Amino acid sequence: MSTASRPAVPWLRKFITAERERGETSAAYGCGPQDRPLKQHIINGVINLDKPAGPTSHEVVAWLKKMLDVEVAGHSGTLGKTGISWRDRYVARLHWKCLEDHRVHALLW
Amino acid sequence: MPVCIGNASRIIEYMHFCGKEYVAVAELHKHVGKEELSKVLAMFVGEIYQRPPLRSSVARRVRRRTIYYIDQLEAEDRRVLLMIGCESGTYIRKLIHDIGQILGVGAHMAELRRTRDGALIEVESFTLYDVAEAVQELRERKDEAKIRKVIRPFEDALQLLPSIYIKDSAVDAVCHGASVSVKGISKLDTPFSEREPVVVKSLKGECVALGRATRDSDWILRGESGIAVEVRRVIMRSGTYPRMWRTH
Repeated sequence: MSTASRPAVPWLRKFITAERERGETSAAYGCGPQDRPLKQHIINGVINLDKPAGPTSHEVVAWLKKMLDVEVAGHSGTLGKTGISWRDRYVARLHWKCLEDHRVHALLW
Repeated sequence: MPVCIGNASRIIEYMHFCGKEYVAVAELHKHVGKEELSKVLAMFVGEIYQRPPLRSSVARRVRRRTIYYIDQLEAEDRRVLLMIGCESGTYIRKLIHDIGQILGVGAHMAELRRTRDGALIEVESFTLYDVAEAVQELRERKDEAKIRKVIRPFEDALQLLPSIYIKDSAVDAVCHGASVSVKGISKLDTPFSEREPVVVKSLKGECVALGRATRDSDWILRGESGIAVEVRRVIMRSGTYPRMWRTH
């Protein structure tokens, strides 16, 4: 435990791209991430999924596999079985009364 | 929850280097003064020791985890709404329990929601309905726009890690598992330190492999020769780029 100043937060890190040696890339092979043909795009893709409350991550992944007709899909951990939806964390405020009623979601205003 | 499809599932291990953010409701078992609570929360920012809880999917060895911040968003009575930025593998339930122990009154986690997993934030997430709709648009109208919005290139999920861009001539060797030598590097994101996880990309920005920097970015930028990245995981299929290396 430490009371030192805040440690570096990964999402606040800033990088500067520096050139070591000039390089050119040939259009004859390879493909930029935005330019992949659809099938390639899908099998090299990540979905930022707002997981529904209820089904397990495993089940959700199985549905996605079927929906997208793909073989492998894996999730990298899950959360959110509580059913609170934090649509916008800057404006979202929790309504305590709603919390007592476990079915109701967080409110926005 | 990030879901990686097909080839992209190979990056999951590296997504764990990017940290997470949660919003949690902590319920204190007795009333605690505002100042005292703030003081104790501040004690938990930085490097902490944590033993995974009884019901956990990992070995119950004490682990070190970094907590980037704990912000109090709101408080009412004994309930406190916290926003926690932390390293992957931190158990929030345990963190709140431990905060309760230090406060001397006990506490438990009442609600939890993840608001960020590395570069992916919850406000930009899609529901299963969004995915289904995008698939339907594609099937019925042959419109790719929606599916390309819902499914993002896996490189986006690794944005928080520094990238090292290698020349076309070095790509295939790396695809075969070779380490990246400084001579094969064209550009790099700076600064980063020795042993940090890095993304090796082609000059087109596509991920070739994942690995660890053997030296800091300054050395790699100025070095004349030597190994810059130890490749741990190859992502691109060999043969995508022409083979420009010789065997001895």
